[in-house]
Amino acid sequence: MRLARGDGAEGADAGDSPAAPVVQELTGWGRTAPTVAHVAAPSTVTDVSRFVAESGSRGVIVRGLGRSYGDAAQNAGGLVLRLGAFDEIGPVDPETGLVTCGAGVSLDRLLREVLPRGWFVPVTPGTRQVSLGGAVAADVHGKNHHRDGSLSAHVAALTLVDGRGVVRRLTPSDDLFWSVPGGMGLTGVVLEVTLRLIRVESSLMQVDTTRTGSLDETMAVLAESDRTSRYTVAWVDCLARGSARGRGVVTAGDHATSEQAGEHAGGQTRGSLSRALGRRPLPAPPWAPSGALNLVTVGLFNEAYHRRAPRATRRSLEGVGTFFHPLDVVDGWNRIYGSRGFVQHQFAVEDPECVRRVVGRLSDRRAPTFLCVLKRLGPAGRGPLSFPSPGWTLAVDLPVSDSLGDLLDELDADVLASGGRVYLAKDSRLRPESVALMYPRLDEWRSLRDELDPEHVFQSDLSRRLNL
Amino acid sequence: MINAVGAPQSMLVIGATSDIARATVTQLASAGRLQRVVLAGRSGAALDAEVERVRRLGVPLVTSHHFEARDRAGHEQVVADAFDAGEIDVVLICFGVLPDEDRVRAEPLAAAEVVDINFTAVVTTLLASAKHQRAQGHGVIVVLSSAAAVRGRASNAVYGSTKAGVDALASGLGDALQSTGVSVVVVRPGFVRTRMTAGLRPAPLAVTPQDVAEAIAANLTLGSRTIWVPTSMGWVMGALAVTPRALFRRLPI
Repeated sequence: MRLARGDGAEGADAGDSPAAPVVQELTGWGRTAPTVAHVAAPSTVTDVSRFVAESGSRGVIVRGLGRSYGDAAQNAGGLVLRLGAFDEIGPVDPETGLVTCGAGVSLDRLLREVLPRGWFVPVTPGTRQVSLGGAVAADVHGKNHHRDGSLSAHVAALTLVDGRGVVRRLTPSDDLFWSVPGGMGLTGVVLEVTLRLIRVESSLMQVDTTRTGSLDETMAVLAESDRTSRYTVAWVDCLARGSARGRGVVTAGDHATSEQAGEHAGGQTRGSLSRALGRRPLPAPPWAPSGALNLVTVGLFNEAYHRRAPRATRRSLEGVGTFFHPLDVVDGWNRIYGSRGFVQHQFAVEDPECVRRVVGRLSDRRAPTFLCVLKRLGPAGRGPLSFPSPGWTLAVDLPVSDSLGDLLDELDADVLASGGRVYLAKDSRLRPESVALMYPRLDEWRSLRDELDPEHVFQSDLSRRLNL
Repeated sequence: MINAVGAPQSMLVIGATSDIARATVTQLASAGRLQRVVLAGRSGAALDAEVERVRRLGVPLVTSHHFEARDRAGHEQVVADAFDAGEIDVVLICFGVLPDEDRVRAEPLAAAEVVDINFTAVVTTLLASAKHQRAQGHGVIVVLSSAAAVRGRASNAVYGSTKAGVDALASGLGDALQSTGVSVVVVRPGFVRTRMTAGLRPAPLAVTPQDVAEAIAANLTLGSRTIWVPTSMGWVMGALAVTPRALFRRLPI
């Protein structure tokens, strides 16, 4: 076997011959806790079934584009499958918007394909560089969760290879279907997803941007925007102190109608839809010193970002790329955190007081975070391990330091005591015993998993670490 | 698994009753993630007491295993048993004797026994641990070397030679294991105030087992490397290593 090294997102090709696994070191997007696995890229359903059926005691897991922050898509000493070969995009049903895609299709490719024809994905996370299979396994949510729910609410059917290597077709009316969203790939290999797209009239977003001066104001503006806008999110300055603590920038948007888009761009038509996704991303520097993100640089960034936003609410038109996927502008931005990597901590909680305490703690501890995102969540989906639950969700990027473990444990304790939960697609350090408390339906998920995968051949570093 | 902030969930400690081992287990348990600790050492009251102590640190599963450094035939089995029962994130190889230099120089066979304990037993347990961790695709092996490994000294030629062997093997193996998910951390403490050094006059830059434990915890997830405790000991020994021999042998060390 040959040796290769990979961290963060990689292309789909794991080797010249799809059948021969390559030994490869893998991490999540946070570039922490590397482990080594045998990586294979099967090209047919039969290959996938064979790999699953013949996986050894260290099991098998699928890795999409490597955008889970923690260890969900790595499997130390075991097998990791890449499904880049499952890249077909079927025709879009003009009546229903249903489209069937291979699990290896990225949201980027899907949007480049369907947006010029007036379709948009029903839910998108903050990056388009995720595979559809991975997006379903994490049951991703977007800025429209308060209105449209998470991705699984828009999935009409799944093709899954179960733990015995048997191919199954599952629909939302099957209980087993719901083991997949949020199941982090531990109930089977998703091969195909039938997704319900939504109609859009233009590739532009009509966006209202509001600068807020305090956390209370940020939360109030966000809650108010939810009533009027389909997509809302707030960036929060976790370093600001005193009365400015939790100040932020709230953006709220909707797909612009062709009329709104036309007024702005002087007759822009759907033909230009593809341009909205922007050019290819800029590459990030290949190396960054570990201390590049410190209190000074992050403080300056936060100040500049906050000041750039208009004092009074301003309405503007933005491309969907700018609005939904600002981080996709720089490829491999995860490297700026340096060699020790970073942790993204995301939790959901109903009680706004918990959010206030967490922001307060981050501010008091001077945790250097420039990416801190607050959003309201609507009703929970049906998946027992699906993350979104009604209330608030806060996501924070924090560089690894000697004191980070203790700080995050403190945040977890507060979140847990407030009845909240941590997002497994982001997690890399939760206490195993917390999972059952945060996800009270864990046992329900386990019994569905046991039905699909009685021998527990689907394993990952995440499942081992959290005793799932 | 070792998590993103460097906290392990499982450990095999070989030489579990040594002061440095005890301090390191305490230190790593403080992150609250240790679920299983296998304590290998000579059976007896001390080992039993250590099992109880680690349980009280909040580790749910603590087992002990008889390990006799002089019984090389049994070494692989001790390691294999620990890995058979589940993942081992961290192996701590932390045993050895500090002989009376005059005595072992007078009794060559006694010197050979020191080599068996301090070096041969590290060779077997280190290589066995590396083999198992390679198969599981991840892990860290922490090996206790010594500042004495860097240059043979008149006052501890036999002890220093065993540590030099340990150091060379562990550093070379750590480099050989690049890109396997397994790393080897070589720890070179100076004078550590322990039971092993009780009665000796502490050398300059003396440290405590707690200092060594903290250094190990801080370097656990940074890949194969050599660490000095204290860090300044590295500069001192670096200077001594290039001191001309004629001068070196006259130094009061």
